[in-house]
Amino acid sequence: MNALEIDALTVSYGDIRAVKGISFDVRDGEIFTLIGANGAGKSSTLRAISQLLRHGGGVRFRGRELRGLAPEKVVALGLAHVPEGRGIFGNLTVMENLRLGAWIRTDPVGVADDFEKVFVIFPRLRERRDQAAGTLSGGEQQMLALGRALMSRASLLLLDEPSMGLAPKLVGEIYDVLRKINESGVTILLVEQNANIALRLAHRAAVLETGSITLAGNSADVLANPRVREAYLGA
Amino acid sequence: MASYLAQQTINALQLGSIYALIALGYSMVYGVLVMINFAHGDLFMLGAFACLLLATLLPVHLPLVVILLVVMIVIGAVGALIERIAYRPLRNAPRVSAIITALGCGLVIENTTLSISPYPHFMPELFHSTTIAWAGLTITTLQILIIGVSLALMIGLDLLVTRTPFGMAMRAISFDSRTVPLMGIPVNTLISRTFFLGAGLGGAAGVLYSLAYPQVSAGMGVLIGWKAFIAAVIGGIGSIRGAVLGGFILGAVEVMAVAFLPSTYRDLISYSLLLVILIFKPYGLLGQPPNQKV
Ligand SMILES: Nc1ncnc2c1ncn2[C@@H]1O[C@H](COP(=O)(O)OP(=O)(O)O)[C@@H](O)[C@H]1O
Ligand SMILES: [Mg+2]
Repeated sequence: MNALEIDALTVSYGDIRAVKGISFDVRDGEIFTLIGANGAGKSSTLRAISQLLRHGGGVRFRGRELRGLAPEKVVALGLAHVPEGRGIFGNLTVMENLRLGAWIRTDPVGVADDFEKVFVIFPRLRERRDQAAGTLSGGEQQMLALGRALMSRASLLLLDEPSMGLAPKLVGEIYDVLRKINESGVTILLVEQNANIALRLAHRAAVLETGSITLAGNSADVLANPRVREAYLGA
Repeated sequence: MASYLAQQTINALQLGSIYALIALGYSMVYGVLVMINFAHGDLFMLGAFACLLLATLLPVHLPLVVILLVVMIVIGAVGALIERIAYRPLRNAPRVSAIITALGCGLVIENTTLSISPYPHFMPELFHSTTIAWAGLTITTLQILIIGVSLALMIGLDLLVTRTPFGMAMRAISFDSRTVPLMGIPVNTLISRTFFLGAGLGGAAGVLYSLAYPQVSAGMGVLIGWKAFIAAVIGGIGSIRGAVLGGFILGAVEVMAVAFLPSTYRDLISYSLLLVILIFKPYGLLGQPPNQKV
C-alpha cells in the first residue's frame, strides 16, 4: 500500500521549470529519501505536495488527490510538512509552537498526552517550554519543528533538510529520533543534500538532478552506485 | 495643584482609553497583514453613527450594553467585509496600491456618510451620569463607565491574544504567515477575524466617545483616527500592549498640554512627541523589528 503517489509532478516559477515531471511512490511505513544538490528542486517538490505551490501532475495521498486543495486542508488529512529552515514561530514560546501544531486536533486529552510524548522524545524542549522559540539553538529549533509536526498526529511527515546547519553530533541525534518516529508507524518523506546520512537512514531513495529523477531504488543500492558516490559522497 | 493634577489624570485616562481602543485596531491589522488600515478611523465614526441610529430610530429603548454589543458586531462585520472585498484582492499587489485602497475606503465611507448626513447630530443621553466627589476630586459615573468598559475590552483582548490558540495563530501570522497554513490554520479566516475584532473595538470606541462628547459627524473619524494611529506607532505598531500604552500616553500628553498650555499647542505637542519617540525608538516603545526571514 502506498502512502503517497507522485505522478508526473511539475513545478514552475514563471518560465523556470524547477520540477520537470517526476514520479515516485512512498510506501506506507517506510522512510523514502529524495537526495539532490542545492537547487535540484527538492523543496519545490515538498511544497507542491503540501499544496503550498501550484503544480502540474498528480499528488495522491492515501488514494486521495491533493491537487487544488488548500494547504491547511492537507494537514487535516494527516500530512505534516516541516519546511526548510524549520519554520518555527520565534515570537511564540515552545509550548505555543507545539500547541499550534495541534491546531486541527479536537481531542484535548489526546493533545495533552502528545505534549508529554514530545517532551519524552525531546527532553530539552521540556526545559525550555516557556522560552521564546526564537532564542533556541538551531538543533533545538529543529527538535521543536519535528515535535510540532508530531502534535498533528500526522501519518506522513515531509521533512526538508532536517540536518541543515547542524553540527554532526546533533544531526546524529535528530536522525536517531527520525528512526524512532518511523518505527512508531509514521511514514517519512525525507529530502536531503546530506546524501550520506539520509541514504543510511532511508529504506528507499531517489536522486533528483535539476528537476528530474535520475536514479531510484533501495537506499543501499543507491548508496553503492558509483555515480552517486562520486557526485554526492565525495568518494 | 495636586488635586488639579489628579483631576486631569482622570480626564487623561478617559481620552487615553478611547485612543487605546482605536489604536488596537491599527495594530492588530498591521500585525497580521503589515498594512495600515486607513479606513479604521472611519469605522470608529460609523460606530458612533450606528449608536445614534440604535438610540434614536428604534421604537424600543435599548439598554446601553445591548447598543454597545450590537455596534461592535455590526462594525466588526463592516471591517471584515472591507478586508474581504477591498484588501484581500490586493494582498500580493504593490504596497502603494494597498495603501491607496485603504485611504480610498476611508474616503468612501466618510463621504457616503457625509452625503446622507451633512450636518452633525447630537447624541441623546444614553447614560445618566452623576458626579461623585471624593477626596477633593470629582469623577463622573460616565467617566468610570468609559474607562471601565475600555479596560475590560482591552484585558479581554489581551487574554485572547496571549492565552488562546486563536491569539497564538494571530501572532504566528505576524511572524511568518507562509508557514502558518502548514499547521492546518486557515490564514484568511484568521485575518477576517482579526479585522472583525479590530473594527469591533473601533466601533466600541465610537460609542464611548459619543457618550463623552455627544456630537456625531461624518468627519469625526479623521482626526481621532490619525491620533489613534499615532498612538499605535508610539507604542510600536503590531504590538497589542504597545497600542494600549501609546493610547494612554497620547491621552495624557494631550490632556496635560491643554491643562497647562494654551489649547492650540495640543496637536503640535502630540505630533512632536511622535517624532521624538520615533527618533529614539524607531519601532515604537514596545515594537519589535520585523522578523528578518530569508
Ligand atoms: N520562489 C522562487 N522563485 C523563483 N525561482 C525559485 C523559487 N524557489 C525556487 N526557485 C528555483 O527553483 C529551483 C529549485 O529550487 P528548490 O526547490 O528550492 O531546490 P532545492 O530545495 O533542491 O535546493 C532552483 O533553481 C531555484 O532557484
Ligand atoms: Mg531546498
